[in-house]
Amino acid sequence: MSSAVIGQDSQNHQSNQPSQGAQKPPTSAGWPLWEVFVRSSRGLSHVHAGSLHAPDAEMAVRNARDLYTRRNEGVSLWVVRSTDITTSDPDAKDMMFESPQGKDYRHATYYKESEGVKHL
Amino acid sequence: MAEQKSSGGHLAAVRTPEDIAGQRRFEAIIADDSRIEPRDWMPEAYRKSLTRQMSQHAHSEIIGMQPEANWITRAPSLKRKAILMAKVQDEAGHGLYLYSATETLGTDRDTLNNQLLTGRAKYSSIFNYPARTWADMGAIGWLVDGAAIANQVPLCRASYGPYGRAMVRICKEESFHQRQGFEILLELSRGTEAQRKMAQDAINRFYAPALMMFGPSDQDSPNSQQSMAWNIKRFSNDDLRQRFVGMIVEQVKVLGLSLPDPDLRYDEESGQWLHMDLDWDEFKRVVSGGGPCNSQRLARRREAHEDGAWVREAAAAFARKQQNEKNQHDQKAEVA
Repeated sequence: MSSAVIGQDSQNHQSNQPSQGAQKPPTSAGWPLWEVFVRSSRGLSHVHAGSLHAPDAEMAVRNARDLYTRRNEGVSLWVVRSTDITTSDPDAKDMMFESPQGKDYRHATYYKESEGVKHL
Repeated sequence: MAEQKSSGGHLAAVRTPEDIAGQRRFEAIIADDSRIEPRDWMPEAYRKSLTRQMSQHAHSEIIGMQPEANWITRAPSLKRKAILMAKVQDEAGHGLYLYSATETLGTDRDTLNNQLLTGRAKYSSIFNYPARTWADMGAIGWLVDGAAIANQVPLCRASYGPYGRAMVRICKEESFHQRQGFEILLELSRGTEAQRKMAQDAINRFYAPALMMFGPSDQDSPNSQQSMAWNIKRFSNDDLRQRFVGMIVEQVKVLGLSLPDPDLRYDEESGQWLHMDLDWDEFKRVVSGGGPCNSQRLARRREAHEDGAWVREAAAAFARKQQNEKNQHDQKAEVA
């Protein structure tokens, strides 16, 4: 795991300047950046919709309602401070996600001998 | 951020192994027509070009609220007022989606906002024309939002992930804007002679500026080629303009009105719509500050920003107060 604490979509410079470590995420008039997640209907997960600036969590939820759910796009909202999200390191992506490759026996389609057998 | 970028530029000249590997990955992703995400390595020029395009786009949405907000109190019915308010609220939303997306490239919101307020940033020239009559709300919705949609639909596939995602959201909402504009004109076109005249007059004034929204002709558009090589733009300015003219030429028939273009004709041979020459000197003048409403639009934007200062400060103070109270509460709990 990367130790860099960053927003979902809100930081990028680490990869260009790895030696500098985590940078402060952008702020607006002292208002921190929040990532917004919307559950579009019951039974579905919250999905990242975008980000916004707000002074506190409560205002972030209100702003998220105005900004991301003007047309019944959601039944529930989550907001998370961008700085509170830890992500995997994009530069180590290959190493990080390498192990499932070559392990196609984890998929049902790997097993060919049983083809044609019903309800299997 | 600006300083970091220039130091990044110096680093790029040295070409670290990370840069070389990054460049290779970047090119492979573009060749694959896949998406670049915020934390991927990207060429400084790509970052810069996107930041410019996306922030100009965001500024246009924000300034674009003004010609229509101007008509909310005078819209002819309560329903029309409600519709117009919803539309202006959408424009604000579009600006905010795009600012958020731009911030992922490393320029913070205050910097972007200041570029607009100090007049250093450009925005779409179309919003520097006045909205004189109620019919202008129709022409703006039909022609201006229509041109914007023609431009923006291909941007949903822009190579930069956050930009494409913002555009998907925006395009969904823009189609309501265009339809409501068209219906304003349709209603006027079925009205009295004076109303028909008003609708035609609005089309006459917005036709050429709307066509210019696609930007200069391909040979005079320095950024276009690079932008297409990076899969940010998918079609040239002229191609998009052609396509748009082909659509409105049919739509205007439904209105029973006409497009103010004596040269307009379909060229069978090339399969293209030929339109009149556009006044690119006017375009340059308007986009760089010399349009009928530039100073008014910026002054209004600054005023709104300054008038909102106390709200921003109060909200920040309240958030600090709450945080302090929470900290004290937590401390007490620890002691106990």
